[in-house]
Amino acid sequence: MQKMMEKRALELLADGTVSRVLGWSAGEFPYDMTPAVFETAEELQDGFVYNDFCGANLSKYLIKESRKEGKILVFLKPCDTYSFNQLLAEHRIIRDNIYVIGIECYGKADVEKLKAMGLEGITGIYMKDGEYTVETVYGSQTVKAYEAMAERCLACKSKKHVVYDELIGEDGEVVTDCNRFDMVEQLEAMTPEQRFAFWRGELSRCIRCNACRNVCPACSCEQCVFDNPNSGVAQKAAVNSFEENMFHIIRAFHVAGRCTDCGECSRVCPQNIPLHLLNRKFIKDMNAFYGEYQAGEDPDKKPPLGTYTLGDREA
Amino acid sequence: MQRIGVFICHCGTNIAGTVDVKAVAEALSHEAGVVFSTDYQYMCSESGQQLMREAIREHRLTGIVVGSCSPRMHEATFRKAAAAEGLNSYMVEIANLREHVSWIHKDMKEATEKAIILGRAAIAKVHLNAPLQAGESPVTKRALVIGGGIAGIQTALDIAEAGFEVDIVEKSPTIGGKMAQLDKTFPTLDCAACILTPKMVDAAQHEKITIYAYSELEAVKGYIGNFKAQIRRKARFVDETKCTGCGICTEKCPMKKAPNEFNMGFDKRGAVYIPFAQAVPKVATIDADYCLMLKNGKCGICSKVCGAGAIDYKQQDEIIEREYGAIVAATGFNPIDAKVYGEYGYGTCPDVVTSLELERLMNAAGPTNGTLLRPSDKEHPHTVVFVQCVGSRCTETDERGKPYCSKICCMYTAKHAMLIREKYPDTDVYVFYIDVRTPGKNFDEFYRRAVEQYGVHYIKGMVGKVTQNGKQLRVQASDLLAGEQLHINADLVVLATAIEPDKTARSIGTMLTASMDTNDFFTEAHPKLRPVESPTAGIFLSGVCQGPKDIPETVSQASACAAKVIGVLAKDKLTCNPCVASSDELLCNGCSSCEKVCPYGAITYTDKEFRGPNRTTLIRRVASVNPAVCQGCGACTVACPSGAMDLKGFTNKQIMAEVDAICK
Repeated sequence: MQKMMEKRALELLADGTVSRVLGWSAGEFPYDMTPAVFETAEELQDGFVYNDFCGANLSKYLIKESRKEGKILVFLKPCDTYSFNQLLAEHRIIRDNIYVIGIECYGKADVEKLKAMGLEGITGIYMKDGEYTVETVYGSQTVKAYEAMAERCLACKSKKHVVYDELIGEDGEVVTDCNRFDMVEQLEAMTPEQRFAFWRGELSRCIRCNACRNVCPACSCEQCVFDNPNSGVAQKAAVNSFEENMFHIIRAFHVAGRCTDCGECSRVCPQNIPLHLLNRKFIKDMNAFYGEYQAGEDPDKKPPLGTYTLGDREA
Repeated sequence: MQRIGVFICHCGTNIAGTVDVKAVAEALSHEAGVVFSTDYQYMCSESGQQLMREAIREHRLTGIVVGSCSPRMHEATFRKAAAAEGLNSYMVEIANLREHVSWIHKDMKEATEKAIILGRAAIAKVHLNAPLQAGESPVTKRALVIGGGIAGIQTALDIAEAGFEVDIVEKSPTIGGKMAQLDKTFPTLDCAACILTPKMVDAAQHEKITIYAYSELEAVKGYIGNFKAQIRRKARFVDETKCTGCGICTEKCPMKKAPNEFNMGFDKRGAVYIPFAQAVPKVATIDADYCLMLKNGKCGICSKVCGAGAIDYKQQDEIIEREYGAIVAATGFNPIDAKVYGEYGYGTCPDVVTSLELERLMNAAGPTNGTLLRPSDKEHPHTVVFVQCVGSRCTETDERGKPYCSKICCMYTAKHAMLIREKYPDTDVYVFYIDVRTPGKNFDEFYRRAVEQYGVHYIKGMVGKVTQNGKQLRVQASDLLAGEQLHINADLVVLATAIEPDKTARSIGTMLTASMDTNDFFTEAHPKLRPVESPTAGIFLSGVCQGPKDIPETVSQASACAAKVIGVLAKDKLTCNPCVASSDELLCNGCSSCEKVCPYGAITYTDKEFRGPNRTTLIRRVASVNPAVCQGCGACTVACPSGAMDLKGFTNKQIMAEVDAICK
């Protein structure tokens, strides 16, 4: 897969279709796959990596990148294409400056799960026949894919690319029986006191690093309300731990109806707070109130919270 | 720092009876920025206003808080008083101490405490108020009337007579509404058609009135003075401009199986039909559900016989867009479906009919040419039982019926009973009632005539059950005054079914953003003082869509409504609301959320140049609000994810300051 992608990217760079490539390169550790822009064939050959650690959603980087000179090539996994469409609907990215290659995806590995299994010195990974082969400095080891897969991939909502200029690999289908709301249902079944305790427990670990906000493709404001002294909430969130917890609730409200459930917030959280559950609760409720809606599925479709129909519930 | 004056109104005892007004004025005098605080018996009175004006002068006030009734009552009064002293009207804030405090609380201590808190919130807001200037907007001098019953017709005629253009949109093929179906009208017993059809003709002939029959309101945008409505002109499959109404198509149509809705389904009509002889416009309509040509392309007889060449099987719905200065809802009513009352046998026993059905059975233009014959065997009924309040005056928990009194049933039942006794003296007539309600000019006299002169048996009590008993109906009932059970063998049972707003009212109300009550009746701006206006500016109410009414009441309300519409259309300019949205371009993302939710089309997007870092220029897509079009609803401010949209006079900061003052 990496070879095919690299070959195609080199071709498009060479024939001038694109002037830059947005992909992944290894970060501090070989499993820390980091979004990276490659401007030349050499850079690409040196640094471009694609494997089952490349969970990062590249679409948000296009807000800045698509405004620069020349066209940029971006590789998007199926779930990333939903974010891409949503950004398109919100006029945050310039479609004409982007060349999208959709890449097949069967679920990305969660390195934390692998570490918890006792694997050390991880250097690489590939998937075959439902198993990850993890390469380490001590040799390679295979694990069942579902045991090491990221939670968001186990509950994958779609293997279908909703937007692309060309595809590498197979295009899949929308997963109709994904179980992504299971945990939300468990939370709903709790008493208010239990639920409050659950969220206080989770959110109290927050260190306000803002990683969730910075990675979120729906958090694309010119200036976040939490950075705007005029908003009235910026300093409030620093008053005490309860107000700080409100940061996440407010953020969930702000992305409600626009969140595509890409799961990046939970992936990047250094404290492993299951932030995606807040968003999924909103998605589940909106589905129940206003009919099934998947943000980003169709950029021309009217969002339920941003439109009004005569059939809307009034209470 | 603002110099704020606080004025606490007693409203007689309305507020002072429950709120310690002196304590409120005292407490608020210690708030930051308050330089003057007092209480007064009637702030809205001349002397109350004078007090305020003197205080503005003397204490050089920059902001005013009035603790009084709802701003809907007297905000304008206090704004004017402030403006007279050169203080910007929008520096006045109202703390609603009547509807929000005294009228809903009993305990003085609690009420006083709440009044102080609301006063603090208003003070907190005034601190952030800024002077605002109102602009002006033009008025489109044309009115739209939705519904072509007697209410709509009367309103339209009165507006047109004042010299303004009016369009009537009627969903059925003809105007006339329910009144066209009635036989005689109480209490004078003149024939409904005789008094209605001249009005229908007047409307049709009036040069200022355009009738869009067989049309429905599709969408409405805009605001008072400047509405844009889309009207769907449903395909009649007949060219209205060519059809002469000769009726030959209706005679020759071989498909005579469509139930005739005008006669309440007692007989059949053709697939191509004119609802009744005096229909306006007198134009045929093809019923696509029954027309053989439209269904399977075989027939085409009407097209062949039509001398005018008016039949057009290919006609499509057409959407026209028109502009209006005011809109009148005159959507009328329908009887509820009596089938929900299975115990009365409606729908299972053919000789159990509703009152509206009886109107047709007694009407000379009806299916029996005015001879009262029972539906089952076309025999003359000798015992007729009327059941009152079928679905009216039910308990709130009764899902089948309505909690309100339908108001017209007592009178029309007396009318029916009287007419039957008059025409067929050999007939026994029983009326079962809970109460007989006959307020109205000459109404009680009318009812008493039915009892005293015509010998109608009025029995206080409800009917429990109606069952078929051979050719007759067995009516089980109780006589509450005699305290006994009755069993009556009747030939005909007539149910005075409750009336409810037309089913289309809810969606039209939503389109017009006009509020409705739980029964889907339109709500008035004030139940006593503004009974023909909706709280939504520019929307007016005519007829039963606002509440049950008989014909005289409907007509007087319709004319009152017209007077209010004329009041709007007669103005050349309306003062705009300066509390409009504005976008902070430095924060705007260009995401279009606000543009999508704006009901008035007031928001547009432009690419603008901004200074970027390191002396670069950035082009960003940002929202801008047209203040002449914005109505200040605030939808954009909540839709905006980045807080770039704000509403003047109700800024996020002002509202948060109020909330903080309340929660402090």
